[in-house]
Amino acid sequence: MTLLAAILTRAAKAAITLLLIVVLNFFLIHAAPGDPAAVMAGENGAADQIYIDQLRERFGLDQPLYVQFYKYVGGVLQLDLGYSYRQQMPVLDLILDRLPATLLLTLTAFGMSLLLGIVFGLAAAARVGRWSDSAITGMALLFYATPLYWVALMAVLLFSVQLNWLPAFGYETVGAGYTGFAMVLDRLEHLVLPALTLGLFFMAVYLRMTRSSVLEVSQMDFVKTARAKGLAEGIIRRRHILRNALLPVVTLAGLQAGQLVGGAVLTETVFAWPGIGRLMFDSLTARDYNTLLGVFLVSAAMVILFNIVTDIVYRLIDPRIAAGGAA
Amino acid sequence: MMDFMKRFARNRGALLGLLILIVVVLLAVFAPLLFPQSPWKMVQRPFLPPFAADGLPLGTDTLGRNVAAGLVHGARVSLIVGLVSTAVALLIGVPLGALAGFYGGWVDEGAMRFTEFFQTIPSFALAIVLVAILEPHLTSITLAIAIVSWPPVARLVRAEVMSLRGREFVDAARLAGLSNLRILFGHILPNAMSPIIVMASLMVATAILLESSLSFLGLGDPNIMSWGYMIGAARTVIRTAWWLSFIPGVAILLTVLALNLIGEGLNDALNPRLARKGR
Amino acid sequence: MSTVLSIRDLAIALPAGADRELAVQNITFDLAESEILCVVGESGSGKSMTANALMGLLPDLVHVTQGSAEFEGRDLLALPEAQRRALRGDRIGMIFQEPMSALNPLMRIGDQIAEVYEAHDRYTPAERHDRALALIKEVGLPDPEKIIRAYPFQLSGGQRQRAMIAMALALDPAILIADEPTTALDVTTQAQILELIKTIQKRHGMAVMFITHDFGVVAEIADRVIVMRYGEIVEQGSAAEVLEAPQHDYTRALLEAIPSDSVPETAPVEAAPVLEVRDLRKTYVTSGGMFKPKRSVTAIDGVSFTIAKGEVLGIVGESGSGKSTVGRSIVRLVEADSGQILLDGEDMNALSPDQLRHARRRVQMIFQDPYASLNPRKKILSAISEGPITQGVPVAEAHARARELLQTVGLEASAAERYPHEFSGGQRQRIGIARALAMDPDLIIADEAVSALDVSIQAQVLELLRDLQQRLGLSLMFITHDLRVAAQLCDRIAVMQRGRLIEIGPVSEVFLTPQAEYTRNLLAAVPGADWGDTVAATG
Repeated sequence: MTLLAAILTRAAKAAITLLLIVVLNFFLIHAAPGDPAAVMAGENGAADQIYIDQLRERFGLDQPLYVQFYKYVGGVLQLDLGYSYRQQMPVLDLILDRLPATLLLTLTAFGMSLLLGIVFGLAAAARVGRWSDSAITGMALLFYATPLYWVALMAVLLFSVQLNWLPAFGYETVGAGYTGFAMVLDRLEHLVLPALTLGLFFMAVYLRMTRSSVLEVSQMDFVKTARAKGLAEGIIRRRHILRNALLPVVTLAGLQAGQLVGGAVLTETVFAWPGIGRLMFDSLTARDYNTLLGVFLVSAAMVILFNIVTDIVYRLIDPRIAAGGAA
Repeated sequence: MMDFMKRFARNRGALLGLLILIVVVLLAVFAPLLFPQSPWKMVQRPFLPPFAADGLPLGTDTLGRNVAAGLVHGARVSLIVGLVSTAVALLIGVPLGALAGFYGGWVDEGAMRFTEFFQTIPSFALAIVLVAILEPHLTSITLAIAIVSWPPVARLVRAEVMSLRGREFVDAARLAGLSNLRILFGHILPNAMSPIIVMASLMVATAILLESSLSFLGLGDPNIMSWGYMIGAARTVIRTAWWLSFIPGVAILLTVLALNLIGEGLNDALNPRLARKGR
Repeated sequence: MSTVLSIRDLAIALPAGADRELAVQNITFDLAESEILCVVGESGSGKSMTANALMGLLPDLVHVTQGSAEFEGRDLLALPEAQRRALRGDRIGMIFQEPMSALNPLMRIGDQIAEVYEAHDRYTPAERHDRALALIKEVGLPDPEKIIRAYPFQLSGGQRQRAMIAMALALDPAILIADEPTTALDVTTQAQILELIKTIQKRHGMAVMFITHDFGVVAEIADRVIVMRYGEIVEQGSAAEVLEAPQHDYTRALLEAIPSDSVPETAPVEAAPVLEVRDLRKTYVTSGGMFKPKRSVTAIDGVSFTIAKGEVLGIVGESGSGKSTVGRSIVRLVEADSGQILLDGEDMNALSPDQLRHARRRVQMIFQDPYASLNPRKKILSAISEGPITQGVPVAEAHARARELLQTVGLEASAAERYPHEFSGGQRQRIGIARALAMDPDLIIADEAVSALDVSIQAQVLELLRDLQQRLGLSLMFITHDLRVAAQLCDRIAVMQRGRLIEIGPVSEVFLTPQAEYTRNLLAAVPGADWGDTVAATG
C-alpha cells in the first residue's frame, strides 16, 4: 500500500489504542481503594470537602458507572485531563510545561545510544572472536545488567561530587541568567550526565543487536556474490552488509521506545530534571492520581507516535514492504 | 542431557553466572540463619562504615540498621518476586501465544491486538500506575511486573508455534489422527521449549530490575526490605555515606548479570548450531 | 585449444572436528579455452570447495594447504589478496546456486550489475548504465527498462539467475564458474538457463566450469567431465567417454543410480479403483487490507482421476502446478473448496473432523524433507506406533509391529530406541515409509519422497518402494517433479500445470507419444534425456 495509506491506517490504530488507554485509566481510578473523589482530589483525603463535593458533581460520582464513564471520556476528548489540586493547575498545562525537557532528554539519549550502539556493535563484529570483541560485548552486558537509577547515582557521585566536572541536578544553573551561547553551554553541561546514563542501557541493547545482525548478514549468499564481483571490502561492508544489517535495528528502536520513556522517569528523578518523568514521581508521592494518569496517557501517546515514525522509516528503507511483499 | 550440560559448561561466562547465582540463592535461603533479626531493627549508631564493628561487615545505614542483613533479606525478595512474576507471565503468555500461533485466523488477530496494546503502553509507567493504584504490596508488585512482562513471551511462543506448525512432523501427527490440542501440547510446544527457557531466565533478570526500580521510587512493599529501597533510602546521604547506595547496587548488578550470563549459556547450549563465533 | 587454467595437486584443509581432514586433495586438471567442463559429484564431494578456492572465497577456517592454479601466467593461489580481487569479476566470474538469496534485497538489479564495473574502475556512470542495459537484454530478461530499476524480490527465480549471469558476464571474463546454478530451478526454467549458458559461452568464447550433481545436465552441455567423491577426482575425460564407458566403479554406480530414461512397457492395471477424485477445486485467497486488493491463486482447477487398487499413479508437474496441493487435499491437510474424494466409495471430503480422525488410517503420506518429517524429540518407536495406538491398536502390538516394519524397510529393530538425529537422510525416509505402512492404509501418497536425497541414496529408496509396492500390492500416488523417477516407478502418469490436469495415461503412452504441448515441452526440457524406446517391464 502507499505511504499515505500506511500512515492513515497507523494513525487510526493509534487513536483506538489511546482511547483504550483512556478507558483503562478510568477503570484504574475506580480500582483504587477508597472514595474515587478523594482519589481524584489527591492528598489522601486531605483536600477540602468543598472541592471533593465539586469533583463528585463534576464527574457524577453518585451516578451510575456508565454516566461517569461517558463524562470522563468526554472530558479527555476535550483535552481536559483533570485538575491537580496539589499543583493548583490543570493537568494538561502541567504536562505541557514539562514535556519539552523530557523530549530533550529522551531524544538526546536515544540518538546517542543508537549512534554509539551501532558504532561499537560494528567494531565488535569486525573483531569477532578476538579479545576486543569480548571486551566490548562484556561492557555491553555490564551496562545492560545495571539498574539505571544506580548508574545515575554513581555517575552523580563520580562526576559531580568527587570530580566536580558536571552539575548534579537540574536543567540549568538557577539564577545565573545566562543568555545566548553561554545558555546553550550551560544546558549542555546539565544534559550530559542524564542523557548519558539514560542512554547507556539502550546503547548496550543496540550494540548487541547490531553485532549479531552484522554477523548474520555477513554469512548470507549475496555477500559472497558481492565478493565474487571483486568489490573492495569497504564497499561490501557499507553497501551490502550494513544496510541489510541495520533493518532489524530500526525495528528494535521502535520497540525500545516504551522502555526509554520508562527509563526517563528514573533518570529525571535522580537528576531532578524538570520533565514529565519527574512529574510522575512527584505525583506519585503526593498521591495525585489525576496527574499520574495524565502523564501515563501522554507518555503512551509519545510511544505510539514514535512507533509510527519508526514504522514509516522502515518502510522507506525496505523496498519490499512498500510494494506489499513479494510480487 | 549430558550433551547439554557439557555444552553449557564450555561457556565460561555461563559457569561464572551460575556460580554467582548459586551464592545469591544460598544467601537468600539461609538469610534467617545468618541474620536472624529483622533487617528493620536498629542495631547500632547510624552511618557506621563497613568493617568498623563486629557482626556488621557492611556497616549500618541512615537509621542504624544492619546493611548486610538488609542485603541478604533483600536477596530473598528479589528472587521471589523475580521467579513468581516470571512464572505468572509465562502462565499468561505461553498459552496465549501458543493458541494464537496454532489456530491463526481471528483467534490470532484478537490475541495479537491484545498483546500489541500491552506492548505499546510504556511498561515501566504502567507498572508504576498499577502499583500506585493497587497500593504497594508484594502481591501487587509481583502482579504488576507479570502484567507488563508477558507480551514478549506471547510473541515468541506465537512465532515458534507458527514456524513449527508448518513442519512435516506436525502433518504426520495429524495423519495419525491426533487431536489439535494433543498436537499442540504433545508435539509442538516441547520443540519450542528451548527459546522459552532462555527467555525465562532473561525475564527473571528484568523482573528483578523492575522490582528494584519500583522500590527505589518508593513503591516497594513498606514491610519488606529490598535492594531498591536501600538505594533509594540512601540517596539523600550519597555525599557522606556513598557505600550505602553503592553496595546494594552491586548486589543487583551481580544477580542480573549472572542471570544474563546463564541465559546466554542456555542459548548456546540449546542451539548448538548457532555458534557464537558467527561461523 | 589452449589451456586457460591449470590446477595441480590442490589440497584444502577443513577445520578441526570436521568429518574429514581435507576437503579436497590431489586435485589436478586443466580447463581449456572455450570448453564446458562439468564437475560432478554428490554432496560432500568437495566440488564447490574447489571452485571457492579458485576464486579466493573459502570460508574463514578453511584454507589451501598446497597446490597451484595457473591462470594467465600467474598462480592464483599464491597471489596477494589485492590482485586476486582484481581478477574476481573481471577475468573470472562466478554464479551461485540459490537465486533467491544471492542478490542484495535492498539494491536495484541495474545497480548490482553496474557495481561490477565500479569494482574494477571502468567506465563512467552513464556508460555503466548503458552496458548494464545491454547485458540485461543479452541474458534474455523481458522489459529491460523495467528490470534495470527493479528489486530482486520482484523477479522470479529464473529471472534472478539470468541477472546473476549478467553480472558475471559484465567484463567478459575468460572463465565462468557456475556452482549448481540450476539446481534450485524448475525443469523448464533450468532448460532455458542451460541454453543461455551454452549460447553465451559460444558467443564470448569463455571457458565454463559447471558444477552439478545431475548427470542429465552433464549429458546436455558438457564437453569434458570430472567426477569427484570424498574430495578426490575419481575419473576425468570427455563427456562421451565418461557417460558411455565409465572407468571407475563409483562413476558406474552413479550412472546406474540415475533412473534411466528408457520407458518400461507397463500393462494397464485392471482393478477396482481404490481412490476416485472428482472435480477437486482449491483457490487460495490472500485477504486484502484496507487498501490492498485481494489476490487469488487457483491451486487446483477441477481435477479428476482415479487410482486402481495396486496401481502406482505418478503426478508430475513443476512448482506451482498444484500437485502437492492435490496430495494434501486428499488427506485433508488442506481443505479443498469443493469436489469429492471417494475412498472405496466413502467421500473423505464430506467427513466431519471427528469422523476424519477415525478414518485417518485409510490414507497415509510419506513426506519430502527427511529432516523435518520426524519429531526431533520423540523416539523412532513413538513416531511409528503413535498412529496405530491413536487408532485403538493395543500398545504392545503396535510396538511389535513397529519393530517389524523397521526391518521391512531395511533398518534394524534396535533403531526404534533411537532419535531421528542419529539417522541419515536416506534412513529417515525409510522410517517415514515404515510409519506410513504402520497404519495399514488403503492408499499411500508419496509427496516428493525422494527429491531431497542424493542420487545414490535416491536409487536405494526407490528400489525399496518398488519392492514393497510389488510385494504388498500397495496403491501408491507418487508426486514428483522428476520425470525420470516417475518413468521408472509408475504405471500411469498424470501431468499437471497451473492447477489443471493436462494429460493422464499409461507411462509409455504419455512419455513416448505425449498428446499435450505442455507435456512435450516438459519432456524435452529434462536435461540429457532421450526418452528411449520401450523395453520390457523390469520384474
